[in-house]
Amino acid sequence: MTVSYENSKAVFQGIKAAGVTSLSAMPETWLGLLLHQAEKDPDVTLIQVAKEEEAIGIAAGAYFAGERHVLLMQNHGFLAAINGIVSLAQLYSVPLCMLIAFRGHWGEPYPWHTRGGLVTEGVLRALGIPFEYARDPLTVGRQIHEAYTLSQSSLSPVALLLTRDLMED
Amino acid sequence: MKRAECIAMLYPEIDDRLVVTIMGACAQELYDLGHRENFFYLQHAMGLASSIGLGLAMHLPAERVVVLDGDGSVLMNLGTLATMARYRPKNLVHIIFDNGSLLSTGGFDSHTTSGITDLAAIAKAAGLEHVSRADTIMEFGEAVLAAFARNDLSVIVAKVSAVGPNHYGMDLALPENAFRFRRWISGRRPAKS
Repeated sequence: MTVSYENSKAVFQGIKAAGVTSLSAMPETWLGLLLHQAEKDPDVTLIQVAKEEEAIGIAAGAYFAGERHVLLMQNHGFLAAINGIVSLAQLYSVPLCMLIAFRGHWGEPYPWHTRGGLVTEGVLRALGIPFEYARDPLTVGRQIHEAYTLSQSSLSPVALLLTRDLMED
Repeated sequence: MKRAECIAMLYPEIDDRLVVTIMGACAQELYDLGHRENFFYLQHAMGLASSIGLGLAMHLPAERVVVLDGDGSVLMNLGTLATMARYRPKNLVHIIFDNGSLLSTGGFDSHTTSGITDLAAIAKAAGLEHVSRADTIMEFGEAVLAAFARNDLSVIVAKVSAVGPNHYGMDLALPENAFRFRRWISGRRPAKS
């Protein structure tokens, strides 16, 4: 299985169409192709972090600055960022629009991804974070826009799970 | 040297800067001098004050940003020093008050006690070019003046004693602080079309 170039492009175009001008990311395989596009785009500021929890702080800074910001991470990175999500974003009513590569779920061949994959939805529910699944390149752009819109109106974290159907050919 | 003395020295110089503080004593000591709308106190999420400062500095190049950090918080997010070094916003001054103690959570020794771990050396090795260390209030004042005049990313590690205020509390709900901080910033920018 390889990462879908066309669908990575669709996700990046969706991010751009949502008016997003700033991205924070921890690179991972499924996100690689779209991050390459972000790197080449002069209208997008891409901030690569050392660990995902940092991105929660950077996203809060971007929000205070009035910048339209989206976070890109793997679900294991989401798990690593939980205290920042709870004790910065939720505590201070700071919106987060998180696009999360949903590894370790349906069709996952790699054992090391599976434990994180199996708990991701439960953790999102426990945190009260609304989430949706992105499976189709034709609708992912609309879903990104909707996720961003809800994060801003609810002043809360919102997650869009980028599934295997979307990210692999 | 006490952190409260350092913050009191800084106070007249930061009325036009975006200031992000860590939790506990550091936040309280700044607040007690008189809250301003350009101050944001991160009362939890240890380690992320520096990341908020980085996000502010990178997206607001016309503003000047000051982070008031601590050794315990920096030790929780050492990666931030490398991320800062990589993007190197010119408008960010990162002040780390190193009291060698997790003062606000019971006074346990942090890893920097007795100079075992040298945060200034870590910052330098992370790739931050302008790192200074202050052991006295005079040195602190000089380091701050140099950093504010430099127009480049600067880190100051200030060795302070492990003492804090004898009270805690603010007349400022946490989301209220966030809303007002953001509004203060937006009021300084020309409206985006």
